Amino acid sequence: MLRRKKDLQNLIPYIVVAPLLGFLINGLFGGRYKNKAVAGWIGTIAVTISFIIAAGVFIEMLSMPEEHRAIHVKLFDWISVGKVNVGISYLIDQLSIIFILVITGIGALIHLYSTGYMKGDPGYTRFFTYLNLFIVMMLQLVMADNYLLTFLGWEGVGLCSYLLIGFWYEEVKNGDAAKKAFIVNRIGDFGFLVAMGLMLVLFGSLNYSDVLGGATSMGQNSTIGLITMMLFLGCTGKSAQIPLYIWLPDAMAGPTPVSALIHAATMVTSGIYLVARSNILFALSPTTLAVISIVAIATALIAAMIALFQNDIKKVLAYSTVSQLGYMFLGLGVGAFGAGVFHVLTHAFFKACLFLGSGAVIHAMHHEQDMQKMGGLKKYLPITFWTFALATLAIAGIPPFAGFFSKDEILWKAFSQGSPILWALGALGAFMTAFYMARALYLTFYGKERFDAHHHPPHEVDASMWIPLVVLAGLSVLGGLLGSPTGALEKWLAPIVEKGESIVIASRSGGSNLEQFELPLLIISVIIAIVGILLATRYYKNRITLATDEKSLGGFYKLSTNKFYVDEFYDGAIIQPTYGVSDSFLYKIVDVKIVDGVINGSAIMVDMLSSYARKIQTGIIQNYAVMIVVGILVLLSYVLIF
Amino acid sequence: MGLLSLLILVPLCGAALLHFIKDGKQAKYFALGVAMVSFVISLVAFTQFDQGVTGFQLQEKYSWISSRTISISYSLGVDGMAMLLVLLTTFLMVIALIGTWNSTTKSLSSLMALLLLLEAAMIGVFCSLDLFLFYIFWELILIPMYFIIGIWGGERRIYSAVKFFIYTLAGSLLMLVAIIWLGVEASKVTGVFTTSFADLQKASAALSLNVQQYLFWAFAISFAIKVPLFPFHTWLPDAHVEAPTIGSVILAGVLLKMGTYGMIRFNLGLFPAASIDNATIMSTLAVIGIIYGALVAMVQTDIKKLIAYSSVTHMGFLVLGIFSMTREGLQGAVIQMINHGLSTGMLFMMFGMMYERTHTREIKDYGGLAKITPKYAVFFAIAMLSSVGLPGLNGFVGEYLTLMGAFQSTVLNSWVYGILGCSGVILAAVYLLWMYQRFMLGPITNEHNRNVKDLSTREMTALVPLVIFMIWIGIQPMNFLKVSEKSINAQSDALLHTQSVAPSQYQIIQPSIIVK
Repeated sequence: MLRRKKDLQNLIPYIVVAPLLGFLINGLFGGRYKNKAVAGWIGTIAVTISFIIAAGVFIEMLSMPEEHRAIHVKLFDWISVGKVNVGISYLIDQLSIIFILVITGIGALIHLYSTGYMKGDPGYTRFFTYLNLFIVMMLQLVMADNYLLTFLGWEGVGLCSYLLIGFWYEEVKNGDAAKKAFIVNRIGDFGFLVAMGLMLVLFGSLNYSDVLGGATSMGQNSTIGLITMMLFLGCTGKSAQIPLYIWLPDAMAGPTPVSALIHAATMVTSGIYLVARSNILFALSPTTLAVISIVAIATALIAAMIALFQNDIKKVLAYSTVSQLGYMFLGLGVGAFGAGVFHVLTHAFFKACLFLGSGAVIHAMHHEQDMQKMGGLKKYLPITFWTFALATLAIAGIPPFAGFFSKDEILWKAFSQGSPILWALGALGAFMTAFYMARALYLTFYGKERFDAHHHPPHEVDASMWIPLVVLAGLSVLGGLLGSPTGALEKWLAPIVEKGESIVIASRSGGSNLEQFELPLLIISVIIAIVGILLATRYYKNRITLATDEKSLGGFYKLSTNKFYVDEFYDGAIIQPTYGVSDSFLYKIVDVKIVDGVINGSAIMVDMLSSYARKIQTGIIQNYAVMIVVGILVLLSYVLIF
Repeated sequence: MGLLSLLILVPLCGAALLHFIKDGKQAKYFALGVAMVSFVISLVAFTQFDQGVTGFQLQEKYSWISSRTISISYSLGVDGMAMLLVLLTTFLMVIALIGTWNSTTKSLSSLMALLLLLEAAMIGVFCSLDLFLFYIFWELILIPMYFIIGIWGGERRIYSAVKFFIYTLAGSLLMLVAIIWLGVEASKVTGVFTTSFADLQKASAALSLNVQQYLFWAFAISFAIKVPLFPFHTWLPDAHVEAPTIGSVILAGVLLKMGTYGMIRFNLGLFPAASIDNATIMSTLAVIGIIYGALVAMVQTDIKKLIAYSSVTHMGFLVLGIFSMTREGLQGAVIQMINHGLSTGMLFMMFGMMYERTHTREIKDYGGLAKITPKYAVFFAIAMLSSVGLPGLNGFVGEYLTLMGAFQSTVLNSWVYGILGCSGVILAAVYLLWMYQRFMLGPITNEHNRNVKDLSTREMTALVPLVIFMIWIGIQPMNFLKVSEKSINAQSDALLHTQSVAPSQYQIIQPSIIVK
């Protein structure tokens, strides 16, 4: 056993080394490649190697007894000053290995896809350089054995996201979207930093084991409550929850593979990872959990409402991602940490599939993203259509596809460990999900062709792009079996999450016998999903134009398509005032007039005073003689009187 | 003669010899040679430096002004912090000379002589163990800098040079008074007027807290102007904007650190009790500086001014770390000094390179340059991200440690400083990313910029070492933190000991929220 563990410890660093090498090689020598395709292959192979190693580690772990499955690997000390004592060291356990497999597995598929999608782009090498760097950073985030290294990954993926959203930087709007993503994420990072500061005060350490161990023995207290609130603030940034979700829809300015990998399958689920990893802390903070549940359900619903009538295919998927992330947090909020992670997994499959499918459509349509100008693509893009359709069924929650199991588990836990209201709102969201996804499917692939098919007939993508689609569609169909039907995932994750889950369950007194509701609720949610799809079928299957939506829906349509004016609100309430106050008050008045005014004022005063004093220096001897006499008199009288 | 004396003498003699070299090009090569020799000597000094020892090393002491009642000596020595700063000085001088090689042709031999004089004075400041000597070097800095700004600067160079000179001089005079006072106090004990650091440390320990307070502020204001700490910062944007590139690089890279160095060495070192007493005031100013500097930086339209205000923010983190008095905070402050020297120095140097090509400082004249100068864009991005404090690069380590120090601090005894300090992290992203976007990204809006050349080999030679250090410190900061660890830890422990022996005065009240 020890031997094998040792071997694994030696092997694990290479999961990171492979993409790191890919990044370095492409980054340093990319400019000199004669054949640009090399960059794509280096990038793809690097991540594939990483996946193979991770899979090997996973298989080894499967054969190990449960208590030996956590593997520590310490590479070197990073920062060791006072109580801050953290290394570049990894913790591979049941939770992190799942994320590693998703990151490297889906990562490899999306790298492969990108070799086709980005072909001919002048920034081809740069793209793969960034993408490899992203994998490295994302791995730091989930592999770290301490909060600080996770934070390194956390900020690192933020950087890659920034670079990739603004990949086509000549366009102002892409640059804006990139900047927005980074800054909004930094607001969340502020929370993460504060949380780390408080942890250090409270637990004297940033290692997961020390912090979680310390919390277990400490029990509930208000500092832990504050720490978890601050961590959750971090999550609202990275995982796009209210109030910081606004960056994610704009992030679709990046190339579509980026949207699939970073803004759907991996990076945006970091928040779920962080909460699941810290589940004991959160379980000890009932207030924070309540806040998470409320924020999560609100995010799930609002994002779904905005998604309903978006016409940009990527925007639909973006809001759908925000909404689905809301579901994951709903699971976490009610203390079903395992269920949250399960949905991360299935969502990674079907959402990556959907995004890549949309990418195939956009590719075939020569960079057209507006669904009003699509329609009838089924016959041109059969593989894309079928994979997209399967993934749509998965996200809509139709059994036995993957999304059904994970979403149903979250809804059930929301009911049994939360409240019936949470369940009802969640089910409403599920209805909208089924509706908007079916709508997107119909508008894109069915009905009349609303584009000029004669000049540029769309054609199916080549193998590098459809292979990933097929694999992901397969996973979208079968992925659910890992979870509730077999209970495999639950059992696997138990050592990590059961402590937190049991604390939450213990704190909810009087949980009477609710099992009798499980099946009826399940049936209802399936019916709801089917109704959503049917409704979309009725209105959109044979649609010719979209102009009628606006009339029949009135005010709500306007609100929804304008995203409830949240961006405008932030702009007016926060950004403009901050800028205005900084410019016209802090800089032009406080700095220039007051702070510097005092300095320059005192200089001017000295100048003025000396201009008076100067007048005494007349240069006329008689005047000086008079002064000498006056001076003598004054001194004499002083001496004589006192 | 010891290594430290040699380190001061080499550039000093170089400056004197430049008097005989009239040809500008030769002068440049000569100055670069001297700077390189100094750098090598500082590396030799570093190999002699034992990181496992607390206190001053490589000490030299010669009696200087000495009589029955006066004992002033030429006394040098370095601890880890000073060692790092000396290395930073000699390193940046070489880099700055290479990086600004062609930036001016005006009376080159004078410029080079002044730069070498400046280098000698800066090293002297960091190595002096006698306050009289320290004061001489401290004031000596002003002369070359005054001329560098005043002769080679921009349009309003005279105004800026005079402001820089008088403002910082005014602060220093307070310090001179305090030094003399302390010397007199020391003479009451030993019978001899002395300015040696070790003796003054003993003398000040005997002072009442009340007297310590006055002396603390005399030093603190002088240093705060140099740092600059809010609200003493307004000379900085003027000086930076008008200074030639090499002046800005040295000013931001090394000169500002003299203030924070002084705070650690003299404020904390000589007046521990008063420092603890005033820690909240200093930290409040630091936190204001962090936020205020960032907000004001955000609205600047002149790139050099923006970078100048960003210094106010960065130095705010540093001062916050210092007055947290924790190991984390102080070590963070030391490494932040190095980091700020590298990142802000690089930002100024890179902008200078662009200015040589375009001759405008206005952000609105730029845009889309990433397309035309891709290498420049990458290097500028790295410097920018280091300044933003991205983990993995150097800036993060210092910023993070100072913040954690603020959280931990029993002297500050409140999380508010840490929490407000953390908000600087958001603002740094705002002003720097926005600047980068308007500078480098987007469409090309100014047709003049189409023919701008990308970085030359010489420029890359100057930038690559900086980037290497940024990554090195970001990933392996312990290589650097270890240098100052011993002496800083000892200092922090001593301070916290001072705090704990006077419990009635500095009562430690844990934030109530900790107790459940």
